[in-house]
Formats: sequence, C-alpha cells, structure tokens
Amino acid sequence: MEAIILQILNGLDKGSAYALIALGLTLIFGTLGVVNFAHGALFMIGAFCAVTLSRILTLSYTVVDETKTDFLGNPAKVDVPYVYDLFGQATGDAIIDWAVPLSILFAIPVMMVIGFVMERGLIKHFYTRPHADQILVTFGLAIVLQEVIKYFYGANPIPTPAPQAFTGSFDFGAALGFDPNLIIYPYWRIIYFVFAAIIIGAVFAFLQFTTFGMVVRAGMADRETVGLLGINIDRRFTIMFGLAAAVAGLAGVMYTPINSPNYHMGMDFLVLSFVVVVVGGMGSLPGAVLAGFLLGILESFASMREVLAVLPGLNQIIIYLVAIIILLTRPRGLMGRKGVMEE
Amino acid sequence: MLGLEKKDFQLLLVVAGLTLLAPFILNPFPESSGMAQFNAGYPDLMQRFVIFGIFAIGFNILFGLTGYLSFGHAAFLGVGSYGAIWMMKLISLNVIPAIFMGIVVAGIFALAVGFITLRRSGIYFSILTLAFAQMSYALAYSVLTPITGGETGLQIKSTDRPLLSNLEEGEIGRANLFGMDMRASFELNVGDWLFTFNAGYYIAAIAMLASFYLAIRIFRSPFGMMLRAIKSNQTRMSYTGLNPRPHTLAAFVISGMYAGLAGGLLVAMDTQVGPERMFWTASGEVVLMTILGGVGTLIGPVLGAGAIKYMENILSKINKDVLHQWFAFLPDGLEDFVITLIYPFIGKGWHLTLGILFMLVVIYLPGGLVEGGQRLARALRGKKASDEDGPKASTEPAE
Repeated sequence: MEAIILQILNGLDKGSAYALIALGLTLIFGTLGVVNFAHGALFMIGAFCAVTLSRILTLSYTVVDETKTDFLGNPAKVDVPYVYDLFGQATGDAIIDWAVPLSILFAIPVMMVIGFVMERGLIKHFYTRPHADQILVTFGLAIVLQEVIKYFYGANPIPTPAPQAFTGSFDFGAALGFDPNLIIYPYWRIIYFVFAAIIIGAVFAFLQFTTFGMVVRAGMADRETVGLLGINIDRRFTIMFGLAAAVAGLAGVMYTPINSPNYHMGMDFLVLSFVVVVVGGMGSLPGAVLAGFLLGILESFASMREVLAVLPGLNQIIIYLVAIIILLTRPRGLMGRKGVMEE
Repeated sequence: MLGLEKKDFQLLLVVAGLTLLAPFILNPFPESSGMAQFNAGYPDLMQRFVIFGIFAIGFNILFGLTGYLSFGHAAFLGVGSYGAIWMMKLISLNVIPAIFMGIVVAGIFALAVGFITLRRSGIYFSILTLAFAQMSYALAYSVLTPITGGETGLQIKSTDRPLLSNLEEGEIGRANLFGMDMRASFELNVGDWLFTFNAGYYIAAIAMLASFYLAIRIFRSPFGMMLRAIKSNQTRMSYTGLNPRPHTLAAFVISGMYAGLAGGLLVAMDTQVGPERMFWTASGEVVLMTILGGVGTLIGPVLGAGAIKYMENILSKINKDVLHQWFAFLPDGLEDFVITLIYPFIGKGWHLTLGILFMLVVIYLPGGLVEGGQRLARALRGKKASDEDGPKASTEPAE
C-alpha cells in the first residue's frame, strides 16, 4: 500500500510536466493545426528564464569590508548584490531566495512575446504546407533555439535551487496514518503538482467560461465559419500560441529545482510529450492532460524494484510500449475527436 | 547502359568519378598552406561521407518516394552495426560476412517494425518509428547489456577468437577483406600535396556506388512509380485496385537494409559500436541530410550527407585563433568585432549554422541543395533555357 502511494506521488511530478507540455502542444495543434516540434525548446527557454532572473537578482558589485580580513590578512572583499541597496539586506536575501517562484512573473511576458514572434514570423507561413514540412521547420527552429541557449549559458546543467522554505521533505506516511519515514516526498514536488493543476484548471476555465475562449473553441471546431462571421480568428489563434508558449515556459520555470536546466532538456521532454499527445488523442485537451498524468504514473510504477525484477528495463520503455499499443488498438488515442488527423 | 537511361548513366558515371577520385578532389589545398584545414581528404572523414551517403540514400527511398517520414531510422543502423560486430567477434574477421549480417539483421528488424508502424501514416507514423527507435536505444543501453555491451558498447578485444581466423594468443583481430587490412593506406606525395588512398574507403565507396545504382533502378522502376503514387494519393491508388501496404512495407524494409549496410560498413571501418548510434538525434541527422540535399532526388541525399559531415568535422575545428589569422588584415577593433560576429556560428557552434541552414532550406528551398543548384543553373543559362526546362520539370513528380 505504502509503495503504491509512493509511486503514484512520484509519478505525479513528472506527469505534471508531461501534462503541461502536452497541453500546450495540443492547444497549438487544435487551434492552428501545426505540429510544433519546437515546443520542447519553449519548455527549456522557460527554465532558462528562471536561471536568468536569478542571475539578474544576484548581480553584485564588490566592496572592501575593513572590519573583516580574508585568509591572507588583507581586508576582505564582499560581493553586495544590487537588490540589497534597493530593498535592504533582509528583503534582498528573501528575494534572491525566492528567485524561482518570482521567475513566473518574469517568464509569462517573455514567453508570450517569444510565442507571438514565432507564430507571426515563422509558423504563419506554414499553415498550408504539409505536416512533414511543419515538423521539419520547427525541428530546425528547436535546434537553433537550443544552440543559442548553449552559446549564452554553456553546456553544463545550472543548479537553480528552490526557496529555502521548500527544500525539505514532507512525511506523507505519517499524515496518512502509516509509519513515519515510509512515504517521504519533497515539498517542491507537491508545489509543482499543485501549480500544474492550477495552470491546467486556469487554461480550461479560460477556454470554457470566457467569451474569448468560446470564440477560440468555435474556431477550433470550424475555423472558416468563425472567420466568415467577421471575427479575426487568426489574431485569437496567435494569442493562443502565445498562451501555449507561456504554459510550456511556466512548466520549465517550476521544473528547474527538480532538475537543473541544461540546453537539451527540452528535446528530452519533447519526444515523450509527443508520445503523450498521441496517446491522449491529437487535438483533445483533456486527453493530453489525462495521458500526461497516466504515463507519468505508469513510468514510476514500472521503475519499482519488484516490477524490474520480473521485467528488467521496463521503466525505460514503458511509455513507448503503451504508445504503440494504444495507437494500434485505439487509433484516435484515449480521447481523440473524430475527424482530427485521421489518416 | 546497365539498364539505365543515358541521363541516369551519366549521373552514375559522374558520381563514380567523384567518389573514386575523392582523395584528390577533397585535398585541393597544399599541406603547408593555411587552407589545409579545409582538406577533407583523410580516410576517416571520406569513409563517413560515403557511409552516411548510403544511409541517406536509403532513407530517401522511403521518405522521398512514399512520403512516410520516419523519425527512428538510426535504429536500423544501430541494429545492423550490432549484427556486424557479432559476426566479426564470433565467426570471421572478414568484412563481407559482417556487412552481409548487418544488412540481414537490419532487414528483419525493419520488417518487424514496418509491419506494425505502417498501419498508421502521417505524424502517427513518425511518432511510432520514433518510439521504436527510442525503445531500441533504451534497451541496448540497459537491459540488453549482455548482447550490446551497454553504455561502453562493443569492440573487438584480444580475447575474441573468431572461428575462421588464426590469431595468435593475445592478438587483437583487425577487420580485413581476404587478408587486406581495412586500415591499409597508400600515400602519394606530389609536391606539397599528400593524397591518401585507403582500402576501407574504397570498399565503402564501391558499396555506395552499388547502392546508388540500385537506388536509380528503384526510382525508375514500376515499383518506384508505385511508391510515388502512394505519396501523391494513397486513396486513389487503393481505388484503382492496388494495395499500397505491401509496397510501402517493401520500401521500408529496403530502406532499413540500406541503413543496415551503412551500419555494417561503420563497424567494418572502426570495429566498434555503441548505443548512441541509435539515439533519436542520429535519426534526426539523417532527416537533416536528406532534406538539406534534396528530398526525392537521386543525388540530393549524398550531397546532404557530405555537407553535414563536412561541417561536423571541418567547420567545428575552426577556433578563435584561426579566425584571428584570417582577419589579421583588418584593423584591430574591426577584427575583434568581425570575429565576435562570426564566432558563435563556427567551432562548437556549428550546430547553430546547421539549424539555420536547415530552416532556410525548408522555408525557401523545399527541394534542397539540388533545387538550389537547378535554379542557379537556370538563372545562369538565361530565360530562354528555362522555358525549355519548364514543361519537362513539371512531368517529374515527387521532386
């Protein structure tokens, strides 16, 4: 029982990341009909937004502190971040400590702008071209974005810690009435899951309960008719692309404390996210979210020691295996809509 | 000639000439000149040109003719490599059975994978092939370690005693062709030039020419026409009473066997293999090669493979010092500025150049370098010639 709960919890954080990326991919596919291979790169850029902000916050100048000496006996040089001057030392420290959550505010506008530029500058010209061309050009774009990030930030992973308050672990077992220390779960992963749930909820609410969302949904169902009604559907779809980019970016921002960002993290996630989208059903938003969590949890179950003893290596291939089975038995995926990408 | 039309035969002759004289053509700069680093005429790189040329030709038979975009083609290359190296470790150090084994193993694997993945088309096919390739990679990396050597891969070791070889105790076996060492080279010094004629390269080159010839035959055959029909309109094809599935599967298996041949040749050249050969970036690379060169054309994939391998090996070697030498004639401030501008695109950043180039090709030149060359030639010949070319070009589908 404890083991099962533990594996479900373990699956949730990875599943959250899959679900968020897959949600963005599906938004783009459902609205614009474009298969975006650069979506993983957007996730990666989001992660590097967090790195950038924490670097900006720790920008500092050096002062000579006469009261202290370093090991050579000279007056010690102390780095003073500029935020100290603005907010005082205590608040400054807190701001630096909370760099990752603060990056959310920083990442949203950045990712929106990147999304707009991408859609208007490049993807717009590929609506009428075959899906293979779309895959290829966004694949090229992903390589370019990845290399640009590598040029500025280097090839090594950059550790970006979570705020001090969330670094510990939560003893889930004790809370549920099991023996203590059986189910231990880091706070940050709980936060990641809650955050993902909020974002997913917000996206669905936005599409379901606002006029804008209603128009977008109508456009997804029949773009031409909505256009004929005198609505500028292209502009709304561009905004949706920006939104999808922001969702991917936020997934990346919050993922940095779990896994130090490096320039190829996006590609690693992209391959899996595509599988997730296909399993969920092309063009189905609930399908993408469901499949994301489902595959995340399946993956963590497959890496249990008991399972590996019977079927070694299962954790490495489970997602692909499930994808193959689903695609062959349910061609539309778990919740795919009729008539979307059925060739 | 050889069952080819005159134009195709000329193309084959040109390609044969270029590959057989490659040691001369790729070494245009004297050893002592500053341009010597642009020489690509050393055996290791030349072998890569032709081997990846084979890989790309095979990929093009699938993608160029049927339009099925496989994102997991490196799996066949990897499986072929593993098959070949086991043949060398156990049976014989001769490269012929090893390469043959590579082709057979890759073909069988492609048959199995193709049988399943070809049930779907479009993006689903891409994802399915990607899933199979990633699965093979993950398995080769972890569970199948007894067969694949896991992370370290497989090499020929001093403890390997192939059945048909008479090695002395502790001697490390070397790949050979009836006793001729793959690494044997004949070096020719002409003035300041050094030309290397490597046995391994010529074996790979002959294999490449054979595959190229076969590809021409497939392109011009009724079977090739059938594959083009699949690309242009599968529904209409089945309404005329033809089942597209066996044809696509045949194309898939042929293309997998080409990949196996490339894998076997890679093993024959360097007698080692590792799982990273099957990673999806390797599959992406062959897609890049084919598109860059010109998808659906005969010569395109070979050009693309050459261009990418050249960039990978030559462009990536240029560093800041070299740039400083080149731009030494500029005033100091300007020199630094120019170098800062160029530096991100060369050396370690060559992938950036590749990515940009690839995007430009996909956006503006869907026919790749070949189409670029044709447009250039047409522009040079003037308007009149282009009128003559116009109707002729339009009768060729899938190009």
